[in-house]
This record gives sequence, C-alpha cells and structure tokens, in this order.
Amino acid sequence: MAELELRAVSKSFREQNVLRDISLQVPNGSFTILLGPSGCGKSTLLRIIAGLDAQTSGQVLIDGKEVDHLPPAERDIAMVFQHYALYPHLSVRENLAFALKMRRVPRQVIDDRIAEAAQLLEIHPLLDRKPKDLSGGQRQRVAMGRAIVRKPKLFLFDEPLSNLDAQLRTSMRIELKKLQHRLQATMIYVTHDQVEAMTLGDRIVVIEGGRIRQADDPQQTYNAPADPFVASFIGTPPMNLWEGCLRTQGSEPTFQSGNMTFPLPAHFLPTLPPHPSTLTLGIRPEDISLQRTPHSLRVEASVDLIEDLGADLLIHCRLGNLKLVARAGRNHGITTDMATSLFFPVDKLHLFVDQRRVDSPIAPPA
Amino acid sequence: MTRRILLAGGILATVGLSLLPFLWFVLTSFKSQTEIEAAPPPWWPSGSLGFYRTALFDHHLFDYALNSVVVAGATTLLALLFAIPAAYALARLTIPGKQGILAVLLCVSMFPQMAIAGPIWRLLDSLGGLNHRWGVVLPYVALTLPLAIWILASFFKELPPELEDAARVDGCGTWGTLFRITLPLATPGIFTAAILILIYAWNEFFFALLILTQPEQQTLPVGIALFQGEFTMPWGELAAASVVATLPLIGVVLLCQRWIVSGLSAGAVKG
Repeated sequence: MAELELRAVSKSFREQNVLRDISLQVPNGSFTILLGPSGCGKSTLLRIIAGLDAQTSGQVLIDGKEVDHLPPAERDIAMVFQHYALYPHLSVRENLAFALKMRRVPRQVIDDRIAEAAQLLEIHPLLDRKPKDLSGGQRQRVAMGRAIVRKPKLFLFDEPLSNLDAQLRTSMRIELKKLQHRLQATMIYVTHDQVEAMTLGDRIVVIEGGRIRQADDPQQTYNAPADPFVASFIGTPPMNLWEGCLRTQGSEPTFQSGNMTFPLPAHFLPTLPPHPSTLTLGIRPEDISLQRTPHSLRVEASVDLIEDLGADLLIHCRLGNLKLVARAGRNHGITTDMATSLFFPVDKLHLFVDQRRVDSPIAPPA
Repeated sequence: MTRRILLAGGILATVGLSLLPFLWFVLTSFKSQTEIEAAPPPWWPSGSLGFYRTALFDHHLFDYALNSVVVAGATTLLALLFAIPAAYALARLTIPGKQGILAVLLCVSMFPQMAIAGPIWRLLDSLGGLNHRWGVVLPYVALTLPLAIWILASFFKELPPELEDAARVDGCGTWGTLFRITLPLATPGIFTAAILILIYAWNEFFFALLILTQPEQQTLPVGIALFQGEFTMPWGELAAASVVATLPLIGVVLLCQRWIVSGLSAGAVKG
C-alpha cells in the first residue's frame, strides 16, 4: 500500500505532446480510474508510473519518494497487462513465482503466497498448466494472481478486461471490486469503458488530449461534469449538448442555439461572465421528463425515432433544427412522428461557458 | 478429384526430380568398380561397401569430418553470439536509420564471393590466419551474420513486447529479459538460424579451398574434391564420401525439427 503523486508530468514523442502537465494525487488504498478515449495518453501515463517509459518532464513520487531514476523492478509495483502477458513457456505456478524468484524470496514464502493467491482467485486446479491451455477468463485470473503474489505498493491495470466477452467482463468487474476491498490496496486502472470506470473506481480521472479534464468521485463526475467533453463521455447515451450564444430578450437573458431559444434559469445568471464567447447547454437523456415537473422548462419536440431497450425507451427527437435524445419509461404512449412536450428540470441543466462548467466551482485549468 | 491427382503427381515429380541425383549417388556408393564401369551401369547395386572402406580409411575422411565439425560448430556458435544481440537491438530499440542498417546487411549478404575473395585472403594473410581453421571461421561468420540477423530480428519482432514489459516489472534487466523470456520464446527462430548457418559452413567450398591448403586443416567439401587424381576420377569413393558427409546434416536437421516448431508463443497473449 502506498500513495502516488504525479507532479507536472509531461511526455512528448517527436514534437507531439502526448501528456501535458499532469498533476495528480492518488491516496493510499484508493481505486483510481484513468478514463479516456483511445489515444488520449492514459496508457502512456500508466507506463510512466510503472517506469516502462520515461516522462519528458515532471516527477513521479511513490510514498513521497521520487522514483524517476528507478527501473520498473525497483518501484515495487505490479502491472496487469491488456493481453495478460503470461510467460508462455512457464506453467501457471512458475508464472506466479517468477517475480518472487527474481527478488530471491525464500522458496517457502513463494509457495505460501502462491497458495494464498490461488485460493483467492480459485485457480488451484490450473497451477500446473501452461497459459495456452487456459481460457481467456482463466488467463485473466492468473495475470491478476501474478500481481497479487507480489504484495506490491501499487497495482497498475492496463485495460485488463477489454479482451473478455461482455458477460465475463461483468463478472470479473465484480470480482475485481471485491478483491480491492479485500486487499485494501492502492490500484490504478486504465480503461476507455465508462461503465467500468463508474462501477469500479472511487475516483475517476478523465483524460483527453493528454490533459486531465476532471478528477472526481464517480457521482460528482456524473452529476457535475467539468466540461462538455466529460459530460458527453460519461453516461450512455451521452448528454444532449447544444452550443449557442447568449441573447437578451427584454430583460430576460436567453440561450440561443440554431433556431431554438431557451430562457436561462435564474441560478445561472450570477455566474455568467459579462461577454461569454461560447455557451454550451446540456441535459442528460435520463433527466428529461415527459410530464410536467415543478421548475422545469417546457419545449415542444417532434419524435423522430424510438429505440426500445426493453426496460425503457430512447426517444430521438427534433427541437427545431436541434437533435435530442430522451430516456423514458414504456408507458407514455409515444409513437414516431408525433409531437410531444418535453420538460427539462432546471436543476438538471448543465451550462458550460468557454468549455468550463459554470454552476460549480471551476476546476483549475489543466 | 482430378485436381488432387494432378497436384499429387506434381509434388511427386518435383520431389523425385530433386532427389534423383542424390539417390543415384547413394546407389553408386554401394556399387563395385566393375558395376560403375559397366555400360550401361546397372540400376541396383550389389551392396558392396568397398568404396566406403577406401573413402573412410585410405582418404582420411574422418580427419576432414573432424575439421568440418570444428569449423561449422565454431561458425554457428560465433554467428549466433553476435547475431542474437544485434537482432534484438534492431527489433526492439529505436535506432535511427534502422531500416538502412537492415538494407545494408541484406546487400552485404549478396556480395559475390569472388569479389571479396582477394581482400579476405590478404587480410587473413596479414592476420596469420591462412591454413588455420579459424581462418575460415572468420569469413564464414561474417558471411552468415546478415542472414542470421534478419531471421532472428523478424522472430524477435513477432514476440509480444508486453511480455518484455512484464518481465521488466517483475524484476528483470535487459539481459535478464533476453535470457529468461525472449530467448526461450525465440527458440524456433534460433534453431532455424543455427541450422542455416551450420549448413552453409558445412557445405562451403570456395573459401575453404582458398584458405586451407594443408590437408590437416581441410574440411569435407575440399577434402572430397581433392580425391580426384591426376588421371583418375574415383566416382565410387566420391559417392561414398558424399553420402557420409551428408548424413550428419540430415541427422542434425531431423534432431532439431521438434525445436523448429513455431507457435510456441501461442497463449502468451490473446490469440
């Protein structure tokens, strides 16, 4: 167990900035998710923490000690790779023992640790098999076992579930969560899957374009996304976002996008800068209501398409020349091509000015 | 069906055509002098071992074979010793002009031997390597290195780099990773390269003839070629000696065949 700190870590490959000025505190025993689309630099960041790649500038500190000059082996970290990276010429037992043997841990201790990990992960019957004789899920368990036997300061996971089929992924996700509770270990987990991020992490660090967009707990990330990117990246289907500008009609400030105007709710007004350049208004599909609710904006929409998800419906609508998706229960009698009223609860609206959220304390620019 | 018959016939014809000269030599080696000189010679030999006796004992074939073993063995070991680190570096490290290096290697391996024979002879002369077995080992290593590096580099490239990352996290340095993870997984590549080097060094005639003029150091191809007398062409002994010289190679290839099985790295990563 340990805490990790990143101080202004940057990385560039041939003039191209992959990571810019990443600063992050990972507290002891936390499960931190590095979330972002592919190519955002999250895996590179993990490799820098591991010591597999060197950063261009900035520092990595584990337990307050700078580790930049240390090779991966001396950082006391364990890593679970996307493709498992089991040594194919070694049996499962030898795979588990490998790192301990390299550290000259006594035979007896190695055997005990392997027994312990095998019990925890239920891989006892597999110990004498070779990796090629294991299924994907079993390989995944062995890969985790190889990290667990080390009892490292930090666990690093590089998209470990992305090669499993959907069903197995869900069950491994639950097991991983339990495992983290059991081990009380500090884990850093890279993924592009926002469901994994929401369910596993106690903190989500959203990375895009080599910068940290937001670092918060999952609920906060969902409820108060720091910028339009985070807003659209977290949640399925993504938040409805419209870019527009500020207009004043009479004394009322309004938000105009395309040929639609909305009155801006009063609680946004004090936070607005005098001359904002770009405004983005957003609302999550699941927050849109088909029935009148107190303190809501009413809009008239025409239904384009309905997707039936079983439990509920995704209603694709048109508001003037804007598009919108609403999520609603099955019992509203909505059909394609009909006109309907939609209600936006004002406290569920998200407003972004110059790509930053305005109704919450503005996060320091990354 | 007709397609399959045609295909099978084609394969048989090709294999037969390439085996025929060798088969004729094997048959000839078991004939007697009268059978060889008969016109037309009989297809099937009487099973005489006379030529083997003369080739092995009168022509000192064992001494040549010993020289060949030493030369080919040393060449193979030395070439691998240099080729493995070179190929690993070319496969894994970011080296400026890497493609250029590989292209130059390929060009070097295509140099006509005639063109470099003179310089090599002079070089060995000044190094004192003429008429020493190491004198042929040196050019052999130089000439087989490009091919070995190419084969090994392509093998190393195919190994998942994630395995090496895992080894580094688990506590291996560069050499530890190479010896504990990369080399065991590249066994098929190493054996393939080793066998090709061995075959080259075992069969090489031109440089051996040029550099080794004393019978004590000569290798099998040179030794056998010099069976020929001023007025005689001992076909029988030549055939017997050629068979003896070929057998060890066939043995080594058969023995190593199980190591040249690819797909050893299956199961390392998904796939």
